[in-house]
Amino acid sequence: MTASYMEMWRLVAPEVIVVITALCVLSVDLAWLRDAEPRLRSTVATLLSVAGCAVAIGWILRAPLTASFGDGVLVLSSVAQHVQIVLLVLTMLTVLLASGASFTRHISEYLALMLMATVGMMLLVSTQNLLLIFLSLELLSLSLYVLAAFDKRSARSAEAALKYFLFGAISAAFLLFGFSLLYGLSNSTNLSTIASTLQSAPLDPLLLVAIVMMLVGLGFKVAAAPFHFWAPDVYEGAPASSAALIASGSKVAGFFILYQVLVLGLAGAEGSSAWHGYAAGWMPVVAMVAALSMVLGNLVAITQTSVRRLLAYSAIGHAGYMLLAILAHTNQSFSALLYYAITYALTVLGAFGVVAVVEHEAGGDTLAHFAGLSRRAPLVSLCMLVFMLSLAGIPPLAGFFGKFYVFASALNADHGLLWLVVLAIAMSAVSLYYYLKVLKSIYVGEPADEALVSVPVVQQVVLGLIALGVVVLGCVPSLLLHWL
Amino acid sequence: MNLLPPISLLTVVPLVGALAVLTLGRRDSRMARTLAFAFAFLALAVVVVLWHWFNPTAGGLQFEEVHAWIPALGVEYHVGIDGLGLLMLLLSAIVVPMAMAASSRIVERVPLYFSLMLMLEAGLFGTFTALNFFHWFLFWELSLIPAFFLIRLWGGVQRAAAATQFFIYTMVGSVALLLAFLALFLCTGKFDFMDLATLAQSGQLLSSLASGFALHSLTAGKVGLLLCFGAFLGFAVKVPLIPFHTWLPNAYAEAPAGVTMLLTGTMSKMGVYGFLRILLPIFYAQLREVRTGLLWLAVATIVLSAYAALAQKDLKRIFAYSSINHLGYCMLGIFSVLKWTGDNPALGVEKAAALNGVFLQMFNHGLTAATLFWFVALLEKRSGGLRGLDDFGGLRKVAPVFCGMMGIALFSSLGLPGLNEFVGEFLIFKGTFPLASWPTSVSTLGLLLTAIFILTILQRVFSGPLNSKWAGMHDLTLSERIALAPPLVLMFVLGVYPQLVLGFTNSTVMQLVRHLRF
Amino acid sequence: MLAWTIYISFGGALLLMLLPKGSVRAPRIIALLAALAGLAIAVAEFVKRPSGELVTVVQVSWMRSLGLEYHLAADGISLTLVLLTGIVAVAGVLFSWNIERRANEFFAFYLALIGGVYGVFLSFDLLLLFVFYEIAIVPKYFLIAIWGSTRREYAAMKLALYSFVGSAMVLIGLIAAYVVAGARTMDLVQLSQFPFPVHFQMWAFPLVFVGFGILAGLWPFHTWAPTGHVAAPTAASMLLAGVVMKLGAYGCLRVAMMLFPRGLDPWGFHVLGFGSWREVFALLALIGIVYGAMVALVQKDFKFVVGYSSVSHMGFVLLGLMTLQQIGLDGAVLQMFSHGVLAGLLFAVVGRMVYDRTHTRDLAALSKMHLGKVLPFAAATFVLAGMASIGLPGFSGFVAELQVLIGTWRAFPWFVVIAGVGIVIGIAYTWRAMQMAFFGAPSNSSVGAATYPAISIPERIGAVLLLGASIAVGLYPQLLLRVIIPALHSPMFDGLWKGGVR
Repeated sequence: MTASYMEMWRLVAPEVIVVITALCVLSVDLAWLRDAEPRLRSTVATLLSVAGCAVAIGWILRAPLTASFGDGVLVLSSVAQHVQIVLLVLTMLTVLLASGASFTRHISEYLALMLMATVGMMLLVSTQNLLLIFLSLELLSLSLYVLAAFDKRSARSAEAALKYFLFGAISAAFLLFGFSLLYGLSNSTNLSTIASTLQSAPLDPLLLVAIVMMLVGLGFKVAAAPFHFWAPDVYEGAPASSAALIASGSKVAGFFILYQVLVLGLAGAEGSSAWHGYAAGWMPVVAMVAALSMVLGNLVAITQTSVRRLLAYSAIGHAGYMLLAILAHTNQSFSALLYYAITYALTVLGAFGVVAVVEHEAGGDTLAHFAGLSRRAPLVSLCMLVFMLSLAGIPPLAGFFGKFYVFASALNADHGLLWLVVLAIAMSAVSLYYYLKVLKSIYVGEPADEALVSVPVVQQVVLGLIALGVVVLGCVPSLLLHWL
Repeated sequence: MNLLPPISLLTVVPLVGALAVLTLGRRDSRMARTLAFAFAFLALAVVVVLWHWFNPTAGGLQFEEVHAWIPALGVEYHVGIDGLGLLMLLLSAIVVPMAMAASSRIVERVPLYFSLMLMLEAGLFGTFTALNFFHWFLFWELSLIPAFFLIRLWGGVQRAAAATQFFIYTMVGSVALLLAFLALFLCTGKFDFMDLATLAQSGQLLSSLASGFALHSLTAGKVGLLLCFGAFLGFAVKVPLIPFHTWLPNAYAEAPAGVTMLLTGTMSKMGVYGFLRILLPIFYAQLREVRTGLLWLAVATIVLSAYAALAQKDLKRIFAYSSINHLGYCMLGIFSVLKWTGDNPALGVEKAAALNGVFLQMFNHGLTAATLFWFVALLEKRSGGLRGLDDFGGLRKVAPVFCGMMGIALFSSLGLPGLNEFVGEFLIFKGTFPLASWPTSVSTLGLLLTAIFILTILQRVFSGPLNSKWAGMHDLTLSERIALAPPLVLMFVLGVYPQLVLGFTNSTVMQLVRHLRF
Repeated sequence: MLAWTIYISFGGALLLMLLPKGSVRAPRIIALLAALAGLAIAVAEFVKRPSGELVTVVQVSWMRSLGLEYHLAADGISLTLVLLTGIVAVAGVLFSWNIERRANEFFAFYLALIGGVYGVFLSFDLLLLFVFYEIAIVPKYFLIAIWGSTRREYAAMKLALYSFVGSAMVLIGLIAAYVVAGARTMDLVQLSQFPFPVHFQMWAFPLVFVGFGILAGLWPFHTWAPTGHVAAPTAASMLLAGVVMKLGAYGCLRVAMMLFPRGLDPWGFHVLGFGSWREVFALLALIGIVYGAMVALVQKDFKFVVGYSSVSHMGFVLLGLMTLQQIGLDGAVLQMFSHGVLAGLLFAVVGRMVYDRTHTRDLAALSKMHLGKVLPFAAATFVLAGMASIGLPGFSGFVAELQVLIGTWRAFPWFVVIAGVGIVIGIAYTWRAMQMAFFGAPSNSSVGAATYPAISIPERIGAVLLLGASIAVGLYPQLLLRVIIPALHSPMFDGLWKGGVR
């Protein structure tokens, strides 16, 4: 067992590094910087967090592993490790964007929580065990609840967190119920064992119940309709960087695990969602959720005037597209899913960065507050242009290639999915309308104030880098794809 | 002679001139005039050189140039002239400088005016030399547009309406013509006039029409008539034949004098030329079917227009209707030739006489009518724009030279022996009488009516008591006399020596007569 | 070399974006240089190519796992349209010489649009083509929304959404074709040889054709065109009508017809008298011709006249495509060029020469100003452009529409008559607009005394450039046909001819 424990430490070393970093951030602040001015505290905490993440990335890169530990408790593949790297990068970027935030004096606690959430995400992608999945999901969720509530001066922040928490708790219950049914049916918590057990037996009605339960729980995590009700309020009320993390990193991890559970764990119980070839299984359920998400998200987004709510509803729409890749469940579609989720996360992170800038400057996030931004902050506006167009799926940006890849892989896997692909493409045409509304406000609207906005250099650089990343990944998708 | 393609060169000269004049500023009126004259005379010189090189005994085409142009459409650049073409070139080259000389009253936007005139001349040259429908039509339209703007921008009070009417009439005619030739092209794959004429002669035209329109349950004969009518419309409007003439009096009356000279002297000849060059060789079979109707149409044109001239009070309108009348004789000649005469060689001679008459008449009428409008312009210059029949009186007393010289032109128009128009009309009547006795007899009424209105002009304007308003009128100045001398001299020369023209047209006429198969 | 047309345009756009604000002269000079460079390259390549065979410019792997390539190439059709783009781009800059508000952004968007258009015409990888096609949408939106006039935001959004809906339809067809062909390649040349199942072609063809057709002004999906053209600033409407509508027509030919030729086959049954998609689209094109002309006849706004005339003229392109006759297709491609040049010119006259000076486009108001005297150059240009667009011989429109009509005659004999009616109405509305705008009755009131700045040198150069192109092609159409005809006979179009000889 000792050797095996040693082995385990080796496997979770990156996570350990991040945990240590979180503790360091907390303790350094507590020990030496209690009375220092906020600026210094914030800088130190940010630097420490970024450095910790960088070390973790370095560790993963230095010693890439392919290993399985325990009963699927830790399964490290190169793909999983690369996704971990991506999650760390996303956290780093979020941390950097949060560096200028002024909503709290206890920035170190905030960042420590963010790092803890990251640990949850990292564990989530490196496990195939129901128990650990649930545990790490809870680690992630609990951190996020607090992060959402972190702006103590804002009632909306508290409201958002409460909603998030209530919904989250209920969905966790559903998930747990689903998992226990699954365990009952297969007598195992290891996804691959579950799959092999289930495959030999005919489709059990209880399994269908389990499927629905798990989809409720995980659908909440990825904000797919009809489990999306928390999303608009949280996106609107939470501090920008918390919302950014919820929309980006947690989304990537959520989809990763959703794919694992459905495709690995329920192999053999797919059923079919083809237009004329319906068969019971998880596919029809997911197909319905996907269609509903796409339609609802995109149509409701049209009427929004708050950019955060708009991003929330668009996120629901995007969840629908990504579910399409899960429906396809081929190797190709998995890499399409990851490409989509990662580039989407990157883009949405940038968009929240811009929202933060505007809120700081203009005091709100409605379209009116964005009016004429291009005259006041040209670089930030240009970044927002890239983000919005990428979300709308305009080439050559990453969002376009992601869509193309997802749709092509879906159709390639199963021609019966054509109806969903058509629906998705039609809805992405609709989505252009509201993304353009934001851009119209920025570029066409008249600014209330002509003065240039002073954006902190760090944020400008980070936003610029993200925008550049979106462009480059769109033009040369293979840069990312050969990692996945 | 083979170093440069002479005909292309001829067409390019006025075009270059037009561009050169156009580049001048608005202020350079004198310069524009001089430059325009220079180019017009250069063109005249080129035509004279062509005439010199022209072989009068060969009836076929000379100076031919053929180049591939749009192979996809079977379009070639094909130009050449025979006697008819040369005659028309001479006429155009002579009338254009006359028209320029008569444009002294133009003071606004002078460069544009002369540029359009030169462009019109280029269009005329192109039309009279082109042998492929494609670019023939291009030039045909090219001449229409400057004419439209010349009327529209420099015309009289009613210019807008007149120009629009002129444009729409000719445009409708052109479209009909275009459609007819497109249909021909679709059936035969040819745009070349000579090829089409050959096909018509061998009878292949009808059979290709039959196969081309097989889809539409129309017989080839009907289709042929339909196409013939389309083409006919295009030319009939241009000549014009009654009842397609209503645009003409307005256009002639409203256009500035120089433009009216071009309209009557050259553009109306484009119509007649079309009949001779295109309609007659290609559609003679169809025309022959409706020959009687056409003949009476020509007669109506002759008589009614002369009668209408009698009723006019405006000198320009009188001459406008007189123009229709004179061209009616040409049409009479052309239609009479369609008669099926079997192998009777005597009638063949009559046909040749009629066609020779038509050729002569075209040239003579162009010359005389242009000169008459010039005189009207001179009169208007002195009267400040008045030109009514009753506005004058007794001008002989104050402007004897003017009256004398205009008298010559009037008598030429009347057809007085010894002057140019007599010969042409005589030949036409001589030829047509044996071929179509009744119509010819009725149309002599036109001669009578012409005599009446010409004499009325002489009486009301030149004779009678002097209208005191014009007591101080100037006679012609020396430069005006010099300018007017050449056309008047030419009238005498052609009156006594028509061989000057007939010498090179006769062989063309003979070939045409042979083509028409008895 | 040809690839540089794209790079230079995008490079120019980037440079302009980064340029500090404030300078008014620098942006337009940079834009002009970029446009001129593009034109120079286009002309050089055009002269260099003896015939229109396909020549690859760049071909590198882009996404190896998906078989995507960065494949730029040009055949005669592409060359023709690249040349058109070059000409219109230069003219557009010249006619935007008076843009002063946010000039660097204006020209940046302008060049980005041009770059996208070049890209579409040169792409021989289906996905790459689509990428460039979409890139062109966004600058259009901003050009209209920021610098436009009448109801600009509405028009811009409408245009963007129509385009995007069209491209969504294209995207569906494109992904489906990619998957059906085995998901190995998007190369147009290879896909054109792939025998797609007939039932697949039967739905993919109309989908993609309509998708591209929306941008080509296919009736009844044309409604973006008039509002978009009218609202756009001059240079943008020149580009919209001049080249962007050609993107649609090009897509119809290059993608829909070339990849799915069997989609044009008869269905084997009749619905409402239609026996194939070919007949349906031919009829829609025909309706577009007549409808566009009739609506243009009753417009009060000068620019709307030109806007609807574009719909009418693009109808000829689509009708020509649907003839499936050699001559009809030649004519369609030639008409793309011809209409591109002429529509550009007409919009330049209306938008720049007239509207920027008089600040009205109301024909009734213009008819009191006697512009024929005040702005003779504008009047002359409009007259010539109008004559060219009604298809007077000697201008490019004549040869192009003539060929389309001949092709139509062979394919749908009775359509020729109706198309002829469309031409006649075309003469009428051009005439009416000309009369009212430039040669209206001079009013005796004091309005006639107004003076406007004279037509500037850049405007004159631009007008001469566009007119010269139209006349050159009109007098010597072989200039373009020399490359167009061999291109239409390349093996890529084999499917079309095999099915097309009916």
